Amino acid sequence: MANYLFIESRDPFESRDTRFVEETATALKQRGNDVTIFLLQNGVFASRQNARNSNLAGLAQTGIRILADDFSLLERGITTAELVSGIQPSDIETLVDLLVQRDTKAIWH
Amino acid sequence: MTEKKLTLALMDPPYESANSTTAFRIISAALQKGIRVNVFAYEGAVCLPLKDQTPHANPVKNTTIEEEEHPTTKAFVSTLLEIGGEDRLLTWVNCGLCVDERGATNAVDGVKRGSPADFLKMTQESTNTLVIPTK
Repeated sequence: MANYLFIESRDPFESRDTRFVEETATALKQRGNDVTIFLLQNGVFASRQNARNSNLAGLAQTGIRILADDFSLLERGITTAELVSGIQPSDIETLVDLLVQRDTKAIWH
Repeated sequence: MTEKKLTLALMDPPYESANSTTAFRIISAALQKGIRVNVFAYEGAVCLPLKDQTPHANPVKNTTIEEEEHPTTKAFVSTLLEIGGEDRLLTWVNCGLCVDERGATNAVDGVKRGSPADFLKMTQESTNTLVIPTK
């Protein structure tokens, strides 16, 4: 079992290829891997409860850990109360900790 | 491998993408944790530490250079190298071919010149590698 860290920087409403991350993360989780999606930059737009066509809530229910960068949220005026259930606010220090965790494969998208 | 070491490959030129800001934040956070960081700047990213960058006033807001405090990427790189300190926790290597293509030889102190072979060596010696591509 490996750790997979997806860093999603893209807004799903601008970049439809964010589906790639969702599908790949799901497949890896189904194979028993530990999977984290870290949303940052415009990627945090999908974390809002009123964001239509966001699949993040469903992903969180499968056991995929979903984190949202606090700096990116603040820049875009998104409060913690607006986040989809299952998405945790996080920070860049946590991202660094995840990056230097043993046996972690990091993919920036 | 007991010492934690992180390698980043950057490609975006200055003032183009939020990727650069995020990369600086990751490097800063890692250095503050005492993690050794290698940066391989490729393509337009070799201009991030370009010494010729100058801050500017903002005629729209009618602010002076001092009031504007316009951040330059060369200042970020210099500060990160300072945070790395004498232990040289941060190694910044600019791709030489990319530098020559762009005439970007005048980098801030502490920036080295290298090749993709250096990036390969960095990745082999690192706990992990993060490639931040252009979109």
